[in-house]
Amino acid sequence: MATILDMPQLSDTMKIGVLRKWRKNEGDKVSPGEVLAEVETDKATMDFEAFDEGVLLKRLVADGASMPVGTPIAIIGKAGEDFAALVEQANARTAGGAGKPAAAAKPEPPKPATPAPAKAAPAPAAAPAKTAPAPRPAPAPRAAAPAPAAPAGKVLASPLARKLATDLGVDLRTVQGTGPGGRIVERDVKSAAEGGQSGQNGASQADWHAAEEAPSSRGTASAPPVSADAPLPAQLVPDRRAEARPAAAPPAGDVVKPLSMMRRTIATRLLEAKSTIPHFYLTTDVDMDAAMEFREQVAQVHGAKLSVNDLVLKACALALRRIPEANASFTEEAIIEHARVDIGMAVAIEDGLITPVIRDADKKTIGQIAAEAREMAKRARDRKLRPEEYTGATFSVSNLGMLGIRDFAAIINPPEGAILAVGAVRKEPVVKNDKIVVGQRMSITLSCDHRVIDGALGAKVLQAIVGILEKPISLAF
Amino acid sequence: MRTVAYREALNEALAEEMEKDDRIFLMGEEVGHYDGAYKVSKGLLKRFGEKRVIDTPIAEGGFVGVGIGAAMVGLRPVIELMTWNFSLVAADQLINNAAKIRQMSGGQFTLPVVFRGPGGSAHMLAAQHSQSTEALWSHIPGLKVVMPANPKDAKGLLKSAIRDDNPIVFIEGEVLYADQGEIPDGEYTIPLGVGEVKRQGKDITIIGWSKMVKIALAAADELAAQGIEVEVVDPRTIRPLDEELIVESVKKTGRCLIIEEGWPFNGVGAEIAYRVGRRCFDDLDAPVERITGADMPMPYNHHLEQQCIPDVPRAVAAVKKLLYLE
Amino acid sequence: MSAIEREVLDQAARSGRPPQADVAQLKTYYHQMLAIRRMEEALAKAYALRKFGGFLHLYIGQEAVAVGALATLRPDDYVIATYREHAHAYAKGMSARSIIAELYGKETGCSKGLGGSMHLFDASRNFLGGYGIVGGHVPIATGTAFASKYRGDGRVTLCFFGDGSVAQGAFHEGVALAALWRLPVVFICENNLYSMGTPLYRSLSVADVSQKALGYGIARDRFDGDDVVRVRERVAEAVRRARNENMPTLIEIITYRFRGHSMSDAGLYRTKEEVDEWKKRDPISTGRELLTRAKVDEKEILEIEEKVRLEIEDAVKFAEESPELAYERLAEFTYKE
Repeated sequence: MATILDMPQLSDTMKIGVLRKWRKNEGDKVSPGEVLAEVETDKATMDFEAFDEGVLLKRLVADGASMPVGTPIAIIGKAGEDFAALVEQANARTAGGAGKPAAAAKPEPPKPATPAPAKAAPAPAAAPAKTAPAPRPAPAPRAAAPAPAAPAGKVLASPLARKLATDLGVDLRTVQGTGPGGRIVERDVKSAAEGGQSGQNGASQADWHAAEEAPSSRGTASAPPVSADAPLPAQLVPDRRAEARPAAAPPAGDVVKPLSMMRRTIATRLLEAKSTIPHFYLTTDVDMDAAMEFREQVAQVHGAKLSVNDLVLKACALALRRIPEANASFTEEAIIEHARVDIGMAVAIEDGLITPVIRDADKKTIGQIAAEAREMAKRARDRKLRPEEYTGATFSVSNLGMLGIRDFAAIINPPEGAILAVGAVRKEPVVKNDKIVVGQRMSITLSCDHRVIDGALGAKVLQAIVGILEKPISLAF
Repeated sequence: MRTVAYREALNEALAEEMEKDDRIFLMGEEVGHYDGAYKVSKGLLKRFGEKRVIDTPIAEGGFVGVGIGAAMVGLRPVIELMTWNFSLVAADQLINNAAKIRQMSGGQFTLPVVFRGPGGSAHMLAAQHSQSTEALWSHIPGLKVVMPANPKDAKGLLKSAIRDDNPIVFIEGEVLYADQGEIPDGEYTIPLGVGEVKRQGKDITIIGWSKMVKIALAAADELAAQGIEVEVVDPRTIRPLDEELIVESVKKTGRCLIIEEGWPFNGVGAEIAYRVGRRCFDDLDAPVERITGADMPMPYNHHLEQQCIPDVPRAVAAVKKLLYLE
Repeated sequence: MSAIEREVLDQAARSGRPPQADVAQLKTYYHQMLAIRRMEEALAKAYALRKFGGFLHLYIGQEAVAVGALATLRPDDYVIATYREHAHAYAKGMSARSIIAELYGKETGCSKGLGGSMHLFDASRNFLGGYGIVGGHVPIATGTAFASKYRGDGRVTLCFFGDGSVAQGAFHEGVALAALWRLPVVFICENNLYSMGTPLYRSLSVADVSQKALGYGIARDRFDGDDVVRVRERVAEAVRRARNENMPTLIEIITYRFRGHSMSDAGLYRTKEEVDEWKKRDPISTGRELLTRAKVDEKEILEIEEKVRLEIEDAVKFAEESPELAYERLAEFTYKE
């Protein structure tokens, strides 16, 4: 049976061969070891010897043709054999990517050789679309580390200091580094967590060991949780940095309140949020008659007390579950749609606010949410939340209704995509069935990060929340 | 326990193992009639005879190859290199043959052979006779590299090396031979690839091997007087490296100094620093620091030479820098 | 004709009485030589078809040396060789399957596909490998011979190398130690007149490699390698000397490779006429002639040739169909646990 003869590999580095000169004519008999042609490799011109007995039926390329290794150059078989089909097959192979014969005697190879099918690397399985960071950003470091977009200078800190700061809830931007170039090192964080600023370059031996004896973060089990808003001891008050930068003398009678850790955190984060996130706001009214009725019934039937805020939290969670595009964060590389719906709720505490997170709020019953919200709010006021309990929400709710505020717009808590500001439930005359009656209304305002949520999408979310609150049956499940 | 010198500990290991297994022979320059250039093989010729303690001509490329061939067919040679400086003329045997025959043969041949001799800097021997080769040998997959720091380790590790079925580069400390130390009475071995904490501490980890363990311990003494508690970790085997021991220590202390007698570029310490950086990143309070031999051939002049070798003052200064105390 | 060739031919003419062998042996030698030839032709073809890559150094033209020399050995004797060692491996009893599969890089190859053309090994047959660093394996041969003497196992080591090795330090150290310690080893220099592209007269200060033995005080021999029976007889003498007297010998066998140094060698350093001249003394044709002269029936010879054809065909098929070693298993070959 006739076979196609390919350009042989005649050296370990050969990719292309130039068929310098045929030494056999079509119709000539060939036997193993006889020279068929002279082939120029990358190293030398070699004799290409026949492997098998037969007749050179067809020369597929002319003298001077430059061919990648593995492309057909001849057909060998028995005298008189029909080889038309093989010629077609060979031409197809040559045309089909194995490289075309170059014009006669052109020294330059036309194309890189196509690897033999046997050696072709298997196509990589379709890689999952790469979303840059993990779907859920790790909660803790975000609270402490500066945002990448922040124009402020990079905080220099040793990896150990960073880890420790996270564990102890210390904001590194508030810590003065005493290492080389102002690097924040372990002792600085410990000192800050204790309430002191180490502040001294070249701390004494005594300082060093005092720092070592502070509660260690490395034995994580035994480390007492310290929240970012731990009360600041008095010795901090004469801030060494104030000494370094002569401050304008305050007018007589003014009270100078040094910034607490919490105020610093609030200041930097809100400034960052308000100045880097393109906010827009959508406001609407909710007819709260049915929701208030639902709340009443739950109280009567189950003896459970639900706050309006509990209803709003649950409504938001359900709405985000229905519209996952809005349960999302913006990063430099990608929009991240979160798998979980974790709702933060702003809680006012002395000297600031904090946002405990109801995890998987869409999966929890209204009763669970109410209980959890109450418990967390209490611990927030007692400053007993652990860092992971107030970081990592995907959406937040801020409610000033209990303080009689009609409506307001909240600042987004990055990296969340939106925040809902909730006003008071107010009684006002409304038209129902063409009659003026006393209705209950509540204004809500959604602040959206326009990089993630466009106007229409924001409106859709708001509509969903309104729909759920106005037909509260879904809140029961 | 009893106190013996480093060279005696090695001698005991050789004698005990040769007594147990007559496939073991000792071959090298001056190992027999001369009783060893550094007296490690003292008395062995008398005890085991010329068949098993074989003097060679000065032909490392030849007798290192002989050790490889003999190991391939079932003997367990111990090949002494008068110093590791002379191993370099046998580099092809060590790298292309000893390290690779097992793999090239698809696992059919294994080479239970120990190449041993002194390494590291000595005193006023100049460039060709004062150098560290562990970075070269530990670069080669297929070789194990062992570097004992004291008599106890020397004996226990050499016995394990002789019993190991792989080619071993066993580098003794040329300036450690006379060091005295306690060793256990009776039979014991120390497994290859298992390091030892030579001193406990909580403030910083110093990693060193062979002679550098002494520098680390002396620095630790000096620092202890200043209230700094140094942990000294001796990997004892460079390859395989006891990475877990190192990582455990650095995670505890948060700071890491590596003292290496050899040259810095591509040194063993560079590899250790990489591993520490990777495994202990979040535990480090300062970058991993290294002290190494000077990046140049060893000079002859005494004062210049001493400045090229890591010493206690440099170690102390590096520790303080890592603790942000200077 | 160059001075070296004249010397070679003179030497061949001088070599003593006509060698003797019985018919069964002749048939075995012919089978082995032909199988080696066909195996290497199949390898060259597979290489050209890109079944595998790397270097491929063919032995074609030198078959009588490996077959004749190894015919003198006991099965437990040691053989060690260079990167041109396919023939020695086959002559030591390794199957064409295990050799061809190794070149294909398959797990069924003698070295599990980890060694390839230059590193064939078979521990069960005491074939101690092919080595890729010229001369670097000579001290290993001294080491195996040392082990034989140490144990008194009566084994002999045959160490093959090319004329190129003679310039290497390792060769001299290996031979010197073997001579010093009187070890049972035979060093066989297959002088194919060229170390790669450099003719001997440009790489050696003497024309006669065997003279190197004089400096070490060991026996030497030098003869032409186209006749398998002659090779066997002369090597047998050296093997006897090694086995019985613990004395090494340096043998130089003049031979010729018909192909290039490796596949990429166009052989421009020698003329077509020279190659054609040597092809007239092809050990395969010589081996066939020996059979004819010994009155072996043509039919019987054809039977051998058919058997060889099937053997190699089967081996190629086996190699083609064999699996490759999984990457996950590779690490276990670096160190023994």
